[in-house]
Amino acid sequence: MDISRHWRNRKQRYRLVGEVCPHCGAKLFPPRDVCPHCGMEAKTVETLVGTGTVYAFTTVRQAPSDFAEQSPYVVALISLDDGPMLTAQLTDLGDVEPYVGMRVEMVTRKLRNADDERGLIIYGYKFRPVLERALA
Amino acid sequence: MDDIVITGIGFTPVGEHWEVSLRELATDAALKAMQESGGLRPQAVYVANQYAPVLSRQANVGVLVADFIGLHDVEAATVEAGGASGMMALRAAYLAVASGEADVALALGVEKSTDRVGPDVETALSVVLDADYEAEHGLTPAAQAALLMQRYIHEYNAERAAFAAFPVLAHRNAVGNPAAMFRRAIKESTYHRATMLSDPLNLFDAAPLADGAAAVLVARRSVLPPEMPQPLVRIAGFGIANDTLALHDRDDPLDFAAVRSSVESACKRANCSLEEVDFFELYDAFSIYVPLILEAAGFAPRGEGWKMGQDGSLELDGKLPILTMGGLKARGNPGGATGLYQVAEAVMQLRGQAGDNQIPNARRALVQSLSGPASLAATTILEPAP
Ligand SMILES: [Zn+2]
Repeated sequence: MDISRHWRNRKQRYRLVGEVCPHCGAKLFPPRDVCPHCGMEAKTVETLVGTGTVYAFTTVRQAPSDFAEQSPYVVALISLDDGPMLTAQLTDLGDVEPYVGMRVEMVTRKLRNADDERGLIIYGYKFRPVLERALA
Repeated sequence: MDDIVITGIGFTPVGEHWEVSLRELATDAALKAMQESGGLRPQAVYVANQYAPVLSRQANVGVLVADFIGLHDVEAATVEAGGASGMMALRAAYLAVASGEADVALALGVEKSTDRVGPDVETALSVVLDADYEAEHGLTPAAQAALLMQRYIHEYNAERAAFAAFPVLAHRNAVGNPAAMFRRAIKESTYHRATMLSDPLNLFDAAPLADGAAAVLVARRSVLPPEMPQPLVRIAGFGIANDTLALHDRDDPLDFAAVRSSVESACKRANCSLEEVDFFELYDAFSIYVPLILEAAGFAPRGEGWKMGQDGSLELDGKLPILTMGGLKARGNPGGATGLYQVAEAVMQLRGQAGDNQIPNARRALVQSLSGPASLAATTILEPAP
């Protein structure tokens, strides 16, 4: 069990902490320290908003062993409103059929049980359909 | 510069070799390639392998293989670049020989993927993804291809049913390949009934991981005796380019930019145009890769690569034959060995030894391996040596 790897990524997993490039203003997630847009160093921390749209999605029916108990589940590419795209599961779908272009927002959910006798659980971001707001 | 030539090839049948070990597979392929080369012995051995550390608990495969094929006191190392490992082993052998550091070098790929089964294999396959930001969210290579396929259909109004053309073609061509894993043509109706792996991608959209080993011996032409057992094939050029490892880090996931770049630079090195390519051994790990590769390479306009599967142009007698011996889909995908199977099959075409699948007047081959969704594209152009 690689606890330190999960601990190290906690800010990204729980709060979508990425970076903003001080040279060209591009927002980066996952953080990568060198801006792919202008090639300059980009280490300024920036928490992303956590809303976006579904670029593509699929239902995984043959899962790796770590995810076998959740199968089938829906994983998606999500274009964040802040600019970057990321890979995440869709959750809390209920009766909603996901579609390309669906508005989604970040929530924290269990990603999987750690492969470990101590019963550790790995948490991280997933995305759910943007809830209908109560109209004023 | 002195020509760099392929003097010999060797490979095992692709399939599930429960009774044979990694080292035995590798030895079989290596000895065949050396025999075809009139007993030439390499001074450098580069062994491509993707999964032995996770599936067989074996690293340092390069040294293991060199040892078991009876080569000692030579340079030996493993080459790993995901699905492009085999082609990158050929690249290493080419560079060793071109630089003059070696006269003869062996590129060998070997995979023993049936040491594990089921979800453990899915886990192993996912190690090629970005561990923290793709695999940790439950993504698999098949799911990643499914995302591309869904978006492709969405963006270009491509017909879902049209994707059947690629596996159907691969299986038809594999009938004439004695080393193929599946030597059986499939009907379109069979394709449409296949088990869904990751919607909209089904079992027949994904090439099966398999066991196998393939070897290619390369040398500088000037060190060879005038008479060689097999016709020589010249490595006319290489082009290699990377892209982001994770698919989500691309501005435009439907653009396999590394494919474009690597094909352009390979053509430039080989001093030829796309029109002068006679056939294309491409990396059909997933059916959706085929149109994306054809488009990025420049054989089809964007969003229209899927139509090439409909008009016969990719068949053995078409204007751009692909997957001439069955491709990854039907010959099988033995991981690190795959790129060297692609090369060996192109060599057979260029020598006129492709049997029932022979393309008439095959004078120039474009051969390309990818790691993941073109996270690396490694392309070579092969020609009969003059
Ligand atoms: Zn920047």
